[in-house]
Amino acid sequence: MEQGPAGGATAAAGTGTSSGTGTGSLLLPLSESEQQRYSELFSRYCPPPEAAAGGSSVGELFRASQLPPDTLHQITEVCGAKRVGYFGPAQFYIALKLIAAAQSGFPVRIESIKNELPLPRFMALKNDSEVRYGTPAELHGVKFQVPHATLEKNSYKRTDEGDKQEPKSPPMSPICSPPASPSTYQRIPLSYGYGKSRSGLEQQHGAPYEVRHSTHQQDGPSSGNYGAKPALACSTLNRSLSAEREQQDSSAHCSDDPWRITEEQRDYYINQFRSLQPDLNSFISGSVAKNFFTKSKLPIPELSHIWELSDVDCDGALTLPEFCAAFHLVVARKNGYQLPETLPETLLPEYLQAASLKPMRDCALFDSYSESLPGGQQTRDFSRTEKASAEEVPDNSALLQDAKKDDKQALKVSTALKTIPKEFQHLTVKTAAQESNALKARPRSRSYSSTSIEDAMKKGEEPPTPPPRPQKSHSRASSLDLNKIFQQNTQAVRSGWLPPPPPALPPRPSVSQTEQVSEVELHPQMNRPPAQAEENSSAKKEVVLAQPPSKPARRKLRTEAQGLETPELSPTINVTSSLPAVKPHLPVQKQSSKQKRAIQTAIRKNKEANAVLARLNSELQQQLKEVHKERIALETQLEQLRPVTVL
Amino acid sequence: VLVSIICSPPQNYPLYIRSVPTENELKFHYTVHTSLDVVDEKISAMGKALVDQRELYLGLLYPTEDYKVYGYVTNSKVKFVMVVDSSNTALRDNEIRSMFRKLHNSYTDIMCNPFYNPGDRIHSRAFDNMVNSMMMQVC
Repeated sequence: MEQGPAGGATAAAGTGTSSGTGTGSLLLPLSESEQQRYSELFSRYCPPPEAAAGGSSVGELFRASQLPPDTLHQITEVCGAKRVGYFGPAQFYIALKLIAAAQSGFPVRIESIKNELPLPRFMALKNDSEVRYGTPAELHGVKFQVPHATLEKNSYKRTDEGDKQEPKSPPMSPICSPPASPSTYQRIPLSYGYGKSRSGLEQQHGAPYEVRHSTHQQDGPSSGNYGAKPALACSTLNRSLSAEREQQDSSAHCSDDPWRITEEQRDYYINQFRSLQPDLNSFISGSVAKNFFTKSKLPIPELSHIWELSDVDCDGALTLPEFCAAFHLVVARKNGYQLPETLPETLLPEYLQAASLKPMRDCALFDSYSESLPGGQQTRDFSRTEKASAEEVPDNSALLQDAKKDDKQALKVSTALKTIPKEFQHLTVKTAAQESNALKARPRSRSYSSTSIEDAMKKGEEPPTPPPRPQKSHSRASSLDLNKIFQQNTQAVRSGWLPPPPPALPPRPSVSQTEQVSEVELHPQMNRPPAQAEENSSAKKEVVLAQPPSKPARRKLRTEAQGLETPELSPTINVTSSLPAVKPHLPVQKQSSKQKRAIQTAIRKNKEANAVLARLNSELQQQLKEVHKERIALETQLEQLRPVTVL
Repeated sequence: VLVSIICSPPQNYPLYIRSVPTENELKFHYTVHTSLDVVDEKISAMGKALVDQRELYLGLLYPTEDYKVYGYVTNSKVKFVMVVDSSNTALRDNEIRSMFRKLHNSYTDIMCNPFYNPGDRIHSRAFDNMVNSMMMQVC
């Protein structure tokens, strides 16, 4: 209501005169101030949604005008309320105009309302701060629908300017009002919205909607008023809306929402994702992610719940935003936050995407089934573009579910076969890369508890001298190219990395770390400890993290490799054993030098044999992987073909 | 009154049981177990026929004195059984079908979770919520 005058004033300032003045003698011209006032009064005294202005409240208002009662009666009669039985807007405005006329000394006639009149004065009205307005502006051919129309335009930025500019003006006389009253009657319940939004120019959309609809029933009157008012209203409305939005955003940003991912955390998560899956547009399969998150040492039910929360599209794989959400939940849980029942808004994939995540998720998503999936009905399209587009629908996880379910039902089982080899492809791609760097493998001694700089540095410096093959003694040893990872880390490291590493700490190393960093980690404003420490610890963690995902693949390979290696070892042992056998054959005189030479040659031969065997090993491992892949594919095929009814 | 239960092969032990209201639960458990035989019978009756979506819904297994039992089986032979009160005549076949479909969808969502091992009892909260809402709808 407060903005009403301002709006009215500015509108008045900007308006040109209307054109439609001359047409109807039955027009009810209202100046802007009059319109304002009348609408305010109307809204005050005709509270919706019940019927028209209650006679009592209107009577009160009229009485407050301090006119003699018979005048009031006359007014009521003239405005048509008596005839109609209630005070519609038309009647009300006419009545107000008549009151003003009466107060100015004019007779209570219809004609008098055409004159310029000051605003009706009502004494002892509550909240009657704006009793009088200034001199009435020049008369415009503004019909009293104008307020309605302006109202709706105000709310709507919809420029039906065309409509408004029509000089057409429906007759507005009390005589004609009864036919129009049904429509006005309908409008009465909406008047409150009308009044408020007209004067308030604020964010009420619901009521304006209705007013808008109702007002459409009447012709759009024309007026130069509109030009300014709508524009003003639009701008204010826009401003208010945008302010709201900004406010919302800013408030959300300002709050210390534990479910909001900070930039550093996001970067960290992205790096972690990269370590599991180099392609940021693709996804992490379920098993890989499972191993990854199992390292966090959270209980399986909680991890299961976290997965449920974060895998929004329920496809058994984590895209980058899903992965970030899951990681964030793990971190939060590690720090003692209870897991929410539903995914917080800030962790929704759409939100994370919108928050200028680097990943471009517009690419097609591929399926990846975890092996745990039975080869049953859960099949997906290979390129889930429709899912991607469905996910683009904001704030509609239900929609996602529906789209997903449709997919599920629509797809054939055979795609499952494709997915499984694909999944293995992921692993094989990774492991192949690792294979190529097999010689750089080094044993990893798992020390979750130590995150000291020295350890990190040590491990960082180890890569340059890796043993030729992974140590069998380490259950978690892998031939991962830690060197490469470490380099990646150092390249990607930024100064603002501290917050993320501490959050990552809990999942990986001991819980003791969490106490230290739990307070700081989720607060973006915390002071950063030496960057070096973070870098190293994070690098180490990343290295640590990077390893386990390859663990399952590696384990398999290693067991085979061990199997392969043992026969390989035996030949070498035989070779070496043969060498000593060779030696005694040499004549004793040249034993020393010949022995030396023999030993050297033996060493050389051994080395060559080693190299050859290592190469052979890697090739065999590759073949083994492929065979495994084929085997799995065949097994799933078999399962599909097996008759369902076999009990 | 509504009881839903999911049983998985091969031993047909229940993965999930939920009943509303919660009294007389044991009786419903018993009913469900006996109905599993009917389910198996229906499945075997199909022979080698290819099972498509339509036939996953087994329909009314058998009406007992005051409640009806409906069955549904998935391609991986996970059985869903639902017991509803006979007095609840408002429930039409379509609704039962849709309920089973919802159950099935939620079940597949659970399957997607790599932390879920097939054969474990289902503890998923999302699944619980879905089942609860479904049951509230009916009752």
